[in-house]
Amino acid sequence: MKDENQVTHEGVDPERRAFMGVAAGVTAAMVAPGVILHAVAAVPRSEPVTSDVRWGLLIETSKCVDGCSACVDACDQENGLDLQAKHAQESLENWEHQKAVWIRKVKLQDNQTGRVTNLPLMCQHCEHPPCVDVCPTGASFKRADGIVMVDRHTCIGCRYCMMACPYKARSFIHQESHGQLTSVPRGKGCVESCNLCVHRRDHGQESTACVDACAEAGHEAILFGDLKDPASPIRKRLEDIPNRQIREDLALNTGVRYAGV
Amino acid sequence: MKRIVYREWRIPPARYWGILGILATVIGIATLAFGYMEHQGHWVTGMNNSVVWGTPHVFAVFLVISASGALNVASIGTVFRNPVYKPLGRLSGLLAVALLVGGLLVLVTDLGRPERLIVAMTTYNFSSIFAWNIFLYTGFMAIVIAYLWSMADRQGAPFNRSIGILALLWRLALTTGTGSIFGFLVARQAYDAAVLGPMFVVMSFAYGLAVFMLVLMFTFADEGRPIGPRILKRLKNLLGVFVAGVLYFTLVYHLTKLYGAKNDSLETWLLLNGGVYTFVFWVGWVLIGGLLPLGIIYHPELSRDRNWVAAACTLVILGGFATMYVVIIGSQAFPIQMFPGQTILESGFFDGVNGQAAPYHPTIPEVLLGLGGVGVALLITAVGVRVLQFLPESLADDAIAPDEETSSRTAPSPA
Repeated sequence: MKDENQVTHEGVDPERRAFMGVAAGVTAAMVAPGVILHAVAAVPRSEPVTSDVRWGLLIETSKCVDGCSACVDACDQENGLDLQAKHAQESLENWEHQKAVWIRKVKLQDNQTGRVTNLPLMCQHCEHPPCVDVCPTGASFKRADGIVMVDRHTCIGCRYCMMACPYKARSFIHQESHGQLTSVPRGKGCVESCNLCVHRRDHGQESTACVDACAEAGHEAILFGDLKDPASPIRKRLEDIPNRQIREDLALNTGVRYAGV
Repeated sequence: MKRIVYREWRIPPARYWGILGILATVIGIATLAFGYMEHQGHWVTGMNNSVVWGTPHVFAVFLVISASGALNVASIGTVFRNPVYKPLGRLSGLLAVALLVGGLLVLVTDLGRPERLIVAMTTYNFSSIFAWNIFLYTGFMAIVIAYLWSMADRQGAPFNRSIGILALLWRLALTTGTGSIFGFLVARQAYDAAVLGPMFVVMSFAYGLAVFMLVLMFTFADEGRPIGPRILKRLKNLLGVFVAGVLYFTLVYHLTKLYGAKNDSLETWLLLNGGVYTFVFWVGWVLIGGLLPLGIIYHPELSRDRNWVAAACTLVILGGFATMYVVIIGSQAFPIQMFPGQTILESGFFDGVNGQAAPYHPTIPEVLLGLGGVGVALLITAVGVRVLQFLPESLADDAIAPDEETSSRTAPSPA
């Protein structure tokens, strides 16, 4: 065959051959990652979430910089919250109070000492979440891996979870949402909050948007990881430095811990 | 004692249909408000991510607790065998159902996803008081309908007292449950108090009775049926005890909160510098809903005038709305204390920067939706008394049982 070809197309156009080569290469480059990713992704997504892990965050407030909003911006982008738009007739004040916020920066000052602390605040992913206790339909739920989130198919929009959350972590979707992301579906009339980038978890990716952004900004104030794994960096760091939960008195055993507050 | 004769409400058709027309208009407008809020989303309301329950909930909770309170009159007649209250039992039951339907309608039409009500009816999380309340509310309606049957039908008479006892226990559970919706919330300082359960029970006694008395006096006056001074005196004295009870629980609630240093900021805010909430608390809750009606009820002259008694009832109802406004909205407006001993200087989500309360301004659609619930309750009552024999023909002194007599006599036959 080979000889025959060589004989038949001895003087064939080299450009055509180059084109074919490039086309094949490009096609392979386009399709292969998809195939490989699909194969990789299919494994974690086809298995139920287990309680062998418990996802959590450690926030080192001393590293959190005043005026930086990298984590907030990244969260907004990751979850499509930056696509929210104010209604023309809506007042700016109402909009500020009605738009969804999953993570926010808070700046505190100690009344006695005057010490100022900056920190990001989001759903604390409690082991005993009050929002899950009060939800009449069970839409507010905790996954086996410790992530607390809302099932948007059974949420009736009663907002009782928002009444019950000690961290004011949840937002109600007050208006129609447009151009939402496929990985983070949102819908008017439901409640939502930080879910530790659950779509990343389910695709076997590491880290969360806020953690990546904080690291990229050079602060590394937020650490994500498995609280159950003694070898994980977050667990080691938690053992090393003093840290606490916000509203420890409620004994909710939060998955988000703070150092320096 | 004369036999109690019940008769349909026979005011002239023009007037009756006029009343129905007004109520239907109120309900129609509320339906439009519901459609508007549902179509647009809750951005058209004053509710936000800090104050998540607003004016519709004020109306809904007021109506729901008034419903169980309205049933008290029947309980006193049946369970506590007080014959003076016997003739009032049917109206009491009807009002209880009507107010509950009105309140629940407001509650469900305010949901973010009202079309998913079927989900709430089929998917339960029994650690939620809300889920329990779904059963408490529907069960209440079923029991009260059975109760009405036992009062009105000869065949039901033997079961009257047992159903009455069940209804009494059920309504106590229902109102405790409603109070516990707030009382069990550890997150917010103004809630997180078990006393809210019994406090709501006493509030329901007062508001339910005030609504009952107004409806009774209006329907009777409109048709020229007599209400004797004796029964009126009894009812207004009972209202006085209930209103005093509300004030007592209010005092206990605030003393409890004041005792712990951790709640100092809440109490200072609510009682002294909470702006509209401080005003509504003192003027609405304490003065209009408590001290003024008490002054009228125990005034030697005014208390004999039925117009003044009606005024006292109206004040109790207005005070009830003010109370609900402070309990539901004021408690949310006060910032959640996440960092005791620290002041929030900046926040991307309004966590009470410098102790500032969250904003809430009621909007017209919310108020209209709430009024629709009142309209539904009154419409059901108006239709009920018109087509069925709910109202006794006379409550004149000689038509009702003597005060001392206790009787095990069950429901009389209809006229």
